[in-house]
Amino acid sequence: MRITKKDVEHVALLSRLDLTEEEKEAYTKQLNSIIDYMNKINELDTEGVEPTAHVLPIYNVMREDEVGESLDREKVLENAPEKEDGQFKVPRIV
Amino acid sequence: MELYEYSVSALKKMLQNKKVSSREVTEAFLDRIEIIDGKVQAYITKTAEEALKKADEIDSKRQKGEELPSLAGIPMALKDNLCTKDIKTTCASKNLYNFKPPYSATVVEKLEKNGAVMLGKLNMDEFAMGSSCENSRFFSTRNPWDLERVPGGSSGGSAAAVAAREASYTLGSDTGGSIRQPASFCGVVGLKPTYGRVSRYGLVAFASSLDQIGPFANTVEDVALVLQAIAGHDPMDSTSVDIPVPDYSEALQGDIKGMKIGIPREYFPDELSSDVKDVVQKGIKKLEDLGAIVEECSMPHTEYALPTYYIVAPAEASSNLARYDGVRYGYRDKDAKNVLEMFMKTRNEGFGEEVKRRIMIGTYALSSGYYDAYYLKALKVRTLIRRDFESAFEKYDCLVSPTSPSVAFKLGDRVDDPLAMYLSDLFTVPANMAGIPAISLPCGFSEGLPVGMQIMGKAFAEETILKVAHAFEKNSDFQGQKPRGVE
Repeated sequence: MRITKKDVEHVALLSRLDLTEEEKEAYTKQLNSIIDYMNKINELDTEGVEPTAHVLPIYNVMREDEVGESLDREKVLENAPEKEDGQFKVPRIV
Repeated sequence: MELYEYSVSALKKMLQNKKVSSREVTEAFLDRIEIIDGKVQAYITKTAEEALKKADEIDSKRQKGEELPSLAGIPMALKDNLCTKDIKTTCASKNLYNFKPPYSATVVEKLEKNGAVMLGKLNMDEFAMGSSCENSRFFSTRNPWDLERVPGGSSGGSAAAVAAREASYTLGSDTGGSIRQPASFCGVVGLKPTYGRVSRYGLVAFASSLDQIGPFANTVEDVALVLQAIAGHDPMDSTSVDIPVPDYSEALQGDIKGMKIGIPREYFPDELSSDVKDVVQKGIKKLEDLGAIVEECSMPHTEYALPTYYIVAPAEASSNLARYDGVRYGYRDKDAKNVLEMFMKTRNEGFGEEVKRRIMIGTYALSSGYYDAYYLKALKVRTLIRRDFESAFEKYDCLVSPTSPSVAFKLGDRVDDPLAMYLSDLFTVPANMAGIPAISLPCGFSEGLPVGMQIMGKAFAEETILKVAHAFEKNSDFQGQKPRGVE
């Protein structure tokens, strides 16, 4: 299973990364060697083995549905690259 | 002896007995940083003014005879991925170069309540991805033992600052070895607690099922003190476990006679440098001399931990890092004409090479057609790795190994070879995969550079590994050695 430059372009789009031509070349090469190394896990038979996504036996931790403190709007907007009328501003979407 | 050379527990006593004021101690550390940090480059942000203000506050409370908590007045510093309210938290990334969090991490609040004096924020690999601190977008931190070498990573700043005595203790985070490996490279003690022992609220997420915050200090006793202050359940992190926190300082008492220690043979492979092997084997011999029952054992899936880790961690990272889109905080490419272009340009410029590489690996492993072959398969192998630990811990109280296959390497040596860089995490990732606690402590030298020994324990049994580490430390001559690069 070889990764081509086209695969890299596809994954970069999914990742929302506007890679340069040099980056695409470099990542194609590196991803191939890294994925080759990952393929080592295919030596193992995992038939019937349950996956571990998380080590703790915790499911659906609930809390009382009470109104708590929340962050101040102006405070949160202080970090915004652009804002207007108490909202985040972004370039045109449609 | 200078004030900055004392341990946390010594400073605690001196402050309590009013032998010294917090202002004096804080000034000693600030002067030390002024003199030495040009060489070590551990700090991204220094907060001298706030530190002195806090020190004076503590001193005046003490003067009034108020009862003060254990860490009151003692200067420390934090890895720059721990949110500090109104103080820059950059993750060493261009993406967050100007980010001032509107709230503090739970561990930060806990330390504040404990009276800690914060000196500043420490350098790291960008978003905690790396093993050398060279992936910081700002500058590379140096190893205090040899300034031409890396301090390890990703919490390189946290380890180097403690080694160079630029902070009495620090916090770091460990996803695949990011506390233990730099602790090993810099000759200090570093603990990764059990997953769930310490709240992750306010820790900038890398891989949420693996990340854990932990302390660095020059002694095991100090690490125990700091763990005490940060451990415990937090309603803001539903994966922090609601069980009692034992008294860790108390747990250090007594000997290790009869304790059963397993030495997994898979942690001594051919890739292990022979010097490191010799030093660690001598360390194990010492544990035996102290009365522990040492036995070789096998953990057959060890060699699969690293490839599994480098699927699971990037997969989680690719999802966690989706939030850096230039909308709400951080860097934004201002020239983009539409929103998709803004996302793509912002992210490509905001993230460094390694972070992009991991986002790409993770996205690939999760993408349609590859999910079962990589991500799901890796999660199943993770189960096998956990089982190795479960069966080992049926027989042994703890497991001992080298922390990293080599001593600190030279700056630039591995930057062009991602796989070579990943290999320095070979012995540390299994503990994260299984969620168990592990500590690295100095056990000797190879070519004048510190070698770390790793002790892994059962989930939520930090007391055991701290006790073994403490027993070892008391009988070792490492303490009192000063890093040559800065003396």
